Amino acid sequence: MRAVPTPAHAEAVLEGDRLAVTLGGAWQLTQPAPAWSRLRGAARPRVVELRPGQLDRWDSSLVRFVHEVERWCREAGVQCETGALPEPVRRLAAQLAAGRQARGPAAPPGNILTTIGLAATGVWRQTREFASFVGECTLSAAGVLLRPRRFRWGDCLAEMQQCGAMAVPIVSLTSFLVGLTLAYTGAIILRQFGGDIWVADIVGLSMFREMGAVMTGIVVAGRTGAAFAAQLGNMKTGEEIDALETLGIPPVDFLVLPRLLALTLMMPLLAMYANGLGILGGMVVASGILNIPASAYWVEMQSIIDLSDISSGVIKSVTFGVLVAVAGCLRGLQCERSAAGVGRAATSAVVTGILLIIVADAVFAVLFHVLGL
Amino acid sequence: MNGPAANGAPAIAVEGLECRYGGTTVLRDVSFTVSAGELFFVIGGSGCGKTTLLRHLVGLAAPAAGTVRYFGEDFTAAGRAERRRLLRTFGVLYQSAALWSSMTVAENVALPLELYTPLSRRERQEIVALKLAQVGLAGCEEYFPAELSGGMRKRAGLARALALDPRIVFFDEPSAGLDPVTSRQLDELILQIRATLGTTMVIVSHELASIYALADRVILIDRGARGIVAEGRPRDLAAASPDPRVREFLTREAEKA
Repeated sequence: MRAVPTPAHAEAVLEGDRLAVTLGGAWQLTQPAPAWSRLRGAARPRVVELRPGQLDRWDSSLVRFVHEVERWCREAGVQCETGALPEPVRRLAAQLAAGRQARGPAAPPGNILTTIGLAATGVWRQTREFASFVGECTLSAAGVLLRPRRFRWGDCLAEMQQCGAMAVPIVSLTSFLVGLTLAYTGAIILRQFGGDIWVADIVGLSMFREMGAVMTGIVVAGRTGAAFAAQLGNMKTGEEIDALETLGIPPVDFLVLPRLLALTLMMPLLAMYANGLGILGGMVVASGILNIPASAYWVEMQSIIDLSDISSGVIKSVTFGVLVAVAGCLRGLQCERSAAGVGRAATSAVVTGILLIIVADAVFAVLFHVLGL
Repeated sequence: MNGPAANGAPAIAVEGLECRYGGTTVLRDVSFTVSAGELFFVIGGSGCGKTTLLRHLVGLAAPAAGTVRYFGEDFTAAGRAERRRLLRTFGVLYQSAALWSSMTVAENVALPLELYTPLSRRERQEIVALKLAQVGLAGCEEYFPAELSGGMRKRAGLARALALDPRIVFFDEPSAGLDPVTSRQLDELILQIRATLGTTMVIVSHELASIYALADRVILIDRGARGIVAEGRPRDLAAASPDPRVREFLTREAEKA
């Protein structure tokens, strides 16, 4: 069925100081076209004349060829005659020539001082935005305390399910494996001193004070922080946030606070659960590899853990919950209005969340040391 | 590009097309032909299935029954390779322009050229410049879609649809979200491109001004009838269609004025 047209071809004949180029065949972008540089060879004509031969269908590839010939002629000071070509070809070639002269927006200067300056103002701007967002959230939370009935409890419960209950499987797996790894690593040293039983102390203390909260924080930053940023970013792209603003509903009240509260409540629960699973992981190693009875492991762990260890873990996990939720929501609200922007917002929410968790954890380490907790 | 099809077949021939969306049949027994170089409108009220029909024509949705032929070649039954080749005979301008937001305007237009043509980088840049000049966006190569106005985005989308010099271009509501002046400029651009390149244009729209200004022929789709209720030149239909639904649709503006 498909008619196969003759491919694009061009013949150049030198008539005195006049190069006559006959164009024929079907000129299509998807097919190879003759190259002007090869066609003219070493010829140095005074006049180049383009004329149509058995010209079949043509498209932009012919226009581009004509433009290239015209440009070469202009640069070489040769007269170019295109009068015999179809009128649309000449018009499009003229459009192309005009279009090539127009300039786009100027690229920003690549000076190193400028780059450093821009980066510095960028950091300052980000810090200010973060601070003012935290302030907005605080004000909005105070408003909710005054008028709790205006809070969107339904949204908050749905978010709790999303970021709490639905995260249980992944938190179980990570914390169990962390407890397992801690027990193995501890056993390497403790075995040399015959102190196998202290594996229980190592696993218990590090889960309650550090790993439970930090590991859950990182998992939640990757899971829920990214989801918050992507949800809010998509809403911003679809002008849904603008619609809230123009209705006089502050997006922070409507969108951020339910998520913030949900994650702040769910994080300590998840972290406590993670502690349990981590201790279970340690117990599996202790009883399976080190031949320590589970009851001995349990009693030894209870002897070292006190309320201050448990509360320090809970305080940390609440803080991490707030940080991850704030980072996720802020990045979502700062999102650029495009698909790529939503992707960047989600990435940035995870990076910011994990960074804040690590920094806050270091601050807590110093603080608890000073307070003697 | 210009000139009639080699085998004399119509640009688009649709036969007995049935479109389902989910479980419901939106359109049934839709048949029409579009000749090469024609400016063809698919019109109808909101929710009548115009966009659904377009999605079936360009292969984004598979028809429940019927065939779509481009220049005599069956698109519905085509195998993978054949289908990819046929996809290059048409370009689509989506309602929201659908420019890839992570790429500049130039990269948007250059991507089909990069994938489907043997052109060098510099040659591609020239074609991109030509396409942008054709749609009146010369010099806007380095802008990102987010930096353009709605009308400019439509033009850039059109430049991308025209990148491979397709023989058919589909438009989904080209004037949606544009002011009357920008919308008229786009109409003029459509006419100008048809005049230079002889491209067949299929336009889904309910904008009466554009319909009267551009259309060679229209089909009117009705929600209740789930199919075509009228076919012909818009002025003839408005004046003499026996169907009151058709006259009402095409003279709505006139009555108001």
